[in-house]
Amino acid sequence: MSTVKSFRVLPGFNLTLGYTLGYLSLLILIPLSAVFLKTAELGWDEFVAVVTAPQVVATYKLSFGASLLAAAINAVFGLMLAWALVRYSFPGKKIVDALVDLPFALPTAVAGIALTALYAKNGWLGQYLEPLGIKVAFTPLGVLVALVFIGLPFVVRTVQPILEDLDTELEEAAASLGAQRWQTFRHVILPILLPALLTGFALAFARAVGEYGSVIFIAGNLPYVSEITPLMIITKLEQYDYRGATAIASVMLLFSFALLLIINGLQAWTAKRTGRDR
Amino acid sequence: MSIQVKNIHKQFGDFTALDDISLDFPSGELVALLGPSGCGKTTLLRIIAGLEQADAGQVLLDGEDASSTHVRERQVGFVFQHYALFKHMTVFDNVAFGMRMKPRGQRPSEAKIRDKVHELLKLVQLDWLADRFPSQLSGGQRQRIALARALAVEPRVLLLDEPFGALDAKVRKELRRWLRKLHDELHITSIFVTHDQEEALEVADRVVLMDHGKVEQIGTPEEVYRHPATPFVYGFLGSVNLFHGRVDGESVRVGDDTLAHQTSDLAHGAEVVAFARPHELDIDTDPASTAGIAARINRILAFGVTARVELDGINGSTGQHFEVEITRQRVLDLGLTDGQDVRLVPSRLKVFEKDGATG
Amino acid sequence: MAGATSMHLGSDHASRFESKAATRETPLVKWTILALALGFFAIFLLMPLIAVFVEALRKGWETYVSALVDPDALSAIKLTLLAAAISVPLNLVFGVAAAWAIAKFEFRGKQILITLIDLPFSVSPVIAGLVFVLIFGAQGWFGPWLSEHDIKIVFAVPGIVLATVFVTFPFIARELIPLMQAQGREEEEAAVVLGARGWQVFWHVTLPNIKWGLMYGVILTNARAMGEFGAVSVVSGHIRGQTNTLPLHVEILYNEYMFSAAFAVASLLALLALVTLVIKNWVEHQAARSYRETQESAS
Repeated sequence: MSTVKSFRVLPGFNLTLGYTLGYLSLLILIPLSAVFLKTAELGWDEFVAVVTAPQVVATYKLSFGASLLAAAINAVFGLMLAWALVRYSFPGKKIVDALVDLPFALPTAVAGIALTALYAKNGWLGQYLEPLGIKVAFTPLGVLVALVFIGLPFVVRTVQPILEDLDTELEEAAASLGAQRWQTFRHVILPILLPALLTGFALAFARAVGEYGSVIFIAGNLPYVSEITPLMIITKLEQYDYRGATAIASVMLLFSFALLLIINGLQAWTAKRTGRDR
Repeated sequence: MSIQVKNIHKQFGDFTALDDISLDFPSGELVALLGPSGCGKTTLLRIIAGLEQADAGQVLLDGEDASSTHVRERQVGFVFQHYALFKHMTVFDNVAFGMRMKPRGQRPSEAKIRDKVHELLKLVQLDWLADRFPSQLSGGQRQRIALARALAVEPRVLLLDEPFGALDAKVRKELRRWLRKLHDELHITSIFVTHDQEEALEVADRVVLMDHGKVEQIGTPEEVYRHPATPFVYGFLGSVNLFHGRVDGESVRVGDDTLAHQTSDLAHGAEVVAFARPHELDIDTDPASTAGIAARINRILAFGVTARVELDGINGSTGQHFEVEITRQRVLDLGLTDGQDVRLVPSRLKVFEKDGATG
Repeated sequence: MAGATSMHLGSDHASRFESKAATRETPLVKWTILALALGFFAIFLLMPLIAVFVEALRKGWETYVSALVDPDALSAIKLTLLAAAISVPLNLVFGVAAAWAIAKFEFRGKQILITLIDLPFSVSPVIAGLVFVLIFGAQGWFGPWLSEHDIKIVFAVPGIVLATVFVTFPFIARELIPLMQAQGREEEEAAVVLGARGWQVFWHVTLPNIKWGLMYGVILTNARAMGEFGAVSVVSGHIRGQTNTLPLHVEILYNEYMFSAAFAVASLLALLALVTLVIKNWVEHQAARSYRETQESAS
């Protein structure tokens, strides 16, 4: 009786899994654990004092608030854009479709200075907004604009494939049963899109919270006003306050992990609801 | 080459896929592994191929233990259920693949490979498709290419997983005949898996019936069809009428009615199930008769030479449905009509003692 | 978490919806949605892109070209290319290995592994840089040892490469895992039955099936590697001519109020982004075509 427990028909399991785990540990897991180990040197009271300092709390409010708002804006307009790309034909559609991914491809620093140029006092858009009393550059509003930019593709790209797969018969059935177009959207289409929409929202939110490059140029970075949490980490680092930087970093990391789990759950829900596996 | 499997056991979590299977596949035969889905037949085929490892037991190829031989070295030809043709290669390259993968020393020259591929494509009668891609072929053509590819490495045995499963009815019939003919030419030991009893009975030299990871019966198509060893086999091979009753001397009591049986070794009073195929039941219209089972005609379907009569049991077998096949002429002679009360008399009855395993 | 970076194989079938009464909106609704969607697109995507090029050329060609041939700019280009040239192959090998293990075999903890591979996507780039400062920096775990042996990692090229590898870590793996899972094992098993060995199976059977997904992942990885700012900024030390990548060079020029030069260098990166999008679209087109062909073969 020859029972080989690790029997595999296809080759390379031990090699590839071993390499995967080694590489992952070395480059991601061990480095990330450094954040928590360094934070642990602080002791609980000091840790709480650092991460709840008023200036730091102000950055949480801005980072999380602006990120949530940006993700919400992207959910609404992203859905419209995805809808237009799937449902309507219009000139230049292929280019629009391709450019939606620009924020993925464009370095964030470039996006940052471009947006600043647009919304500065004499910029293309700033010159019209300024007389209306709307200041964008170097205010929290500027942070919001940058976060909308970098989160834009997420909702479009999660909703678009679901919309494309949607069977026209569903809507025809709804119409034949007497539903108005809006009712069909509200009761038939939206429930199908919802998991993907929420996934896109969560992805845009997660990306926005950690974003640095595109924000710092346009934000002005005034303490208590337009300072984001990632910048706080950098500021502490530049002051050689490593412990303070890592304490704030560990708060952000924990938040990211929680968000990652939520997003995984949402994606599983999308797959279940639509029968797609990605 | 002969294949033996000895005491094969395979578990997937809590599910027992194969439970102590031992089988002999004699050299040169074409054997069908037949059973409902989930009975373990495909798992057994994959274990023989070396694509799956048994938890316990052995696979002997030509008397030699192959359990620790890698699938690559087993020299088996395997035809996958969905063919697994390489989509990015032409038909020619697909068939040549196995020869080209050989270590440099054993690899035939390109010219030899070309000859061999064309020879094989001729064998499967698709020589003219050499330059096509799999996506340009019909299902039946793909099946034959998959077979040619498997044969290219000169396998000692040929294993086919549901070879006709993905084809439509007409192509399936054609390919069955073709596979049988091919086997008669090549005489390579072959095993194929199927859930279609007609396919197994028509093509194979020998049929292995499996259910719930166990072998129910082995035999020639004639044997298994005429003399089913278990109630499962009886039920699986063709349609049946079944009667639940109790042994009473020479007969089986079903409610108030009785059926005569020829089985000699049944204990008096034993709970039994009796089987009769539709063509083994006759209809008696004599109201005074007491033989057989009382039933009421529900529907008569008489289109062709044979007529099908559907009946509902009355008296002891209320709630049961029966099916009888008789000639159309006999329906007319008896003057059968819907709603008529008649009696069913089996010409042949197979009785199994109930032991909880039958339904 | 790669939902939004996965290859998109959809095709243009708007007429499918526009031609049917039940799947069509009234013109008013349609034009409102189109106007809002495209207006949003124009303001948030198109205008920043155009602004980069307009600002870059504001002071004319000469200033533009001189900003690009400046020695500091050239050394930033070199460093950016070097960081990408190291991190892309590293993550390519990892991506293929991870996808092979995950897609072709069953093992416990697979789902956790997939989640862990996603991790760098959800970590702020700033933290990605910070971790390497914590390990290799002067006050870090290996700091004293490294300075004793006169090895510089943080505020030097190795740190930049490490940070780049970190932020681009999941792209290729995330592209390949679902692709290879969807393709299953049958073709590889068939190859093994026919006598193919490890590398032969991968080279002749797997690779041709995943080549478009692989390319897609490589393009995304490369774009991110060349454009990364936050993580690299933390570990770079901003030493001109030595540890400045292109995005960092943009920042320095900008902070020194050399706007035209900053935008000139930025336009180079924007061009890179556009080229990336073009190649990406082409790859998607190819992938969609070969996908359609295999779909036909499945019917």
